[in-house]
Amino acid sequence: MITETAPPEVQTGKGKRRLDENVLRNLGLVGVLVLLVIIGIITRPDLYSDPEWVKDNIFTILQQASAIGVVAVGMTFVIIGGGIDLSVGAIIALAGVWATTLATQSYGAAGMIFCALLVGLAVGLVNGVLISYGKLVPFIATLAMMVAARGLAAQISGKQTQVSTNTTINDIATTRPLGIPLLVWILALVVAIGWIVLNRTTFGRRTVAIGGNPEAARLAGINVKWQTLLLYGLSGLCCGIAAIMLTSQGTSAQAAMANLYELDAIAAAIIGGTLLSGGRGTIIGTLFGVLVFATITNLFAINNLSTEVQNMVKGGIIVAAVLIQQFRYRSLTQLLKR
Amino acid sequence: MSALSRRRILFGGAAVGAGALLTACTSNTPENNAQVNTNTDASANPNAAPGQKVVIGFSAPAADHGWIAAITDNAKAQAAVYSDVELKAVEAGADAAAQRAALSTLISQKPNVIVMLPHDGKELNAAGLEAMKAGIPVVNLDRAFPDAAAYRLQIKGDNFGMGLAAGAYIGEQLKAKGVTNPIIGEIPGIDSLELTQERTKGFNTALAQYGFKVANRRPAEFTADSGQAAATALLQALPKMDALWNHDDDQGIGVMAAIKQANRSEFFMVGGAGSKQAIDSISKDDTVLKATVTYSPSMASSAITLARLIGQGKGMSDLVELQVPKEITLASETITKDNAAKYAKLGF
Repeated sequence: MITETAPPEVQTGKGKRRLDENVLRNLGLVGVLVLLVIIGIITRPDLYSDPEWVKDNIFTILQQASAIGVVAVGMTFVIIGGGIDLSVGAIIALAGVWATTLATQSYGAAGMIFCALLVGLAVGLVNGVLISYGKLVPFIATLAMMVAARGLAAQISGKQTQVSTNTTINDIATTRPLGIPLLVWILALVVAIGWIVLNRTTFGRRTVAIGGNPEAARLAGINVKWQTLLLYGLSGLCCGIAAIMLTSQGTSAQAAMANLYELDAIAAAIIGGTLLSGGRGTIIGTLFGVLVFATITNLFAINNLSTEVQNMVKGGIIVAAVLIQQFRYRSLTQLLKR
Repeated sequence: MSALSRRRILFGGAAVGAGALLTACTSNTPENNAQVNTNTDASANPNAAPGQKVVIGFSAPAADHGWIAAITDNAKAQAAVYSDVELKAVEAGADAAAQRAALSTLISQKPNVIVMLPHDGKELNAAGLEAMKAGIPVVNLDRAFPDAAAYRLQIKGDNFGMGLAAGAYIGEQLKAKGVTNPIIGEIPGIDSLELTQERTKGFNTALAQYGFKVANRRPAEFTADSGQAAATALLQALPKMDALWNHDDDQGIGVMAAIKQANRSEFFMVGGAGSKQAIDSISKDDTVLKATVTYSPSMASSAITLARLIGQGKGMSDLVELQVPKEITLASETITKDNAAKYAKLGF
């Protein structure tokens, strides 16, 4: 039996300041988003003058951000907990392919969703066992899983694109409860749950604790290994959800799907202010990170600019975000020393 | 302690049960849809009569895409048609270096002919030369060796011609409709590949003859999910469009999904490659997809047939020459509703 200790309260005085910093950072990201929209309005006034198009465009951006957003929420937990998950794209592919085999499709939509979630969770837990109990470095364990899961996905699919003939699954991408796309509802739900779990539960406080200082967390009575295991399981589960979302959007799954999603998810978390060394980060920040990327993609598309330049801009934004983070952190610590 | 172990037993049991359930869900009965030349009637075609035994070594990249998978399937199916052909297929592995190693092993087994679809023509050029030097004729499939001494026969598709055919179809259709300033979209595959650039070059060349140009171009990655993302972005950028060319029918599954999700139908679309699904959809004529330009993996079947003739020292019976020619480039054909039935058997 694990003794439930009160979550280690981080220095109250500085906690306030840290909160302010998070709000500040998120405001900065909102500023970036507003800037991107203004650039869009200036460059394509013809499109932005149509309110119907603008509404449609907002939903399009949110929908295109939905699957990667769900993955990024899981990734944020893993990174805050001091780890990294390079296998998310591969887990999506495996879960998607597994859920769209002819055998799984014969069980209907519920069977497919159950299968994707179960595969995602299971692969995530395998990652977790390898890392916490097998004592593998997260980078290596999930890198190995990235290769292996894609391999298994290719094996199962026979390297073919598996088309989903299930209309319920395919309709997930088209239904709009209350006028808002279902995919956006799913993203909102995952973000809300992620926020509550991270900020309002012992699970969340333990995650921050083991990421900030695993040894202190262990001495404080937290089962670091078990917590780590659960974090990777959570990330895998998010991948399972994303697999269904992507399968529905593309009405198919294949072993090469969700290519490089790991990088997009990590980048979104970093831009959102999650410390790559663990112990700090916010779900809302990650959400803004994902939205910034999706808005850039949209901005480049409506102006017919090449994706090469788009990738360079995205790279630049990642570097800028980390530089700002370091600068802030350094100046803050210097301030405290005085 | 007992509570813990009970929990473990329950958890372990659940895991085993879930595992068993999941394993049952991996079964996939693939459709057998290989394109083979089954013309083995010796009275009609003297080349079809069983002759000297030919061992054909075969190497193609591990398939990550429907087209490559069809290449390997076709080669195997065509070899199975001939009683005098033995196919030795070796896995080419994940990259050019792995394929080079696999080929060395293959050469040492001394097959009569080698059929190879290289990861990259330039990188595998030396391997082709090595085989030819060892006295094994090489049939270079699709991705061309730059060195003419590295192959006995080169059989490939026509990427530039594919773009040309797509552009010509779109140009003709729009001209017939009397559209003077059309808005044309393009969704290529992986943009850094030479084949993509050639397709785009051909497409622009054909459109230029009609005085048209591409309004927006969003590359995907040959996968359905990337096709969906690229098409969604494109549709958002062009609220009204007249025509769309998507380079690849595999990513086209996602492109079609995006079009349906955006509820758009004011334009027509041309596909690329010629998948079975695309041809079916064209013949049913119930979507915006009105045509596709071929880049058929049937070339692998033809490569095996020709490799057999090379091994037996025979020529193509319709031609005067006593030997198989050195280079064959397949024409990119345009499949529309009118001829879809005829092409149905070539879909992959």
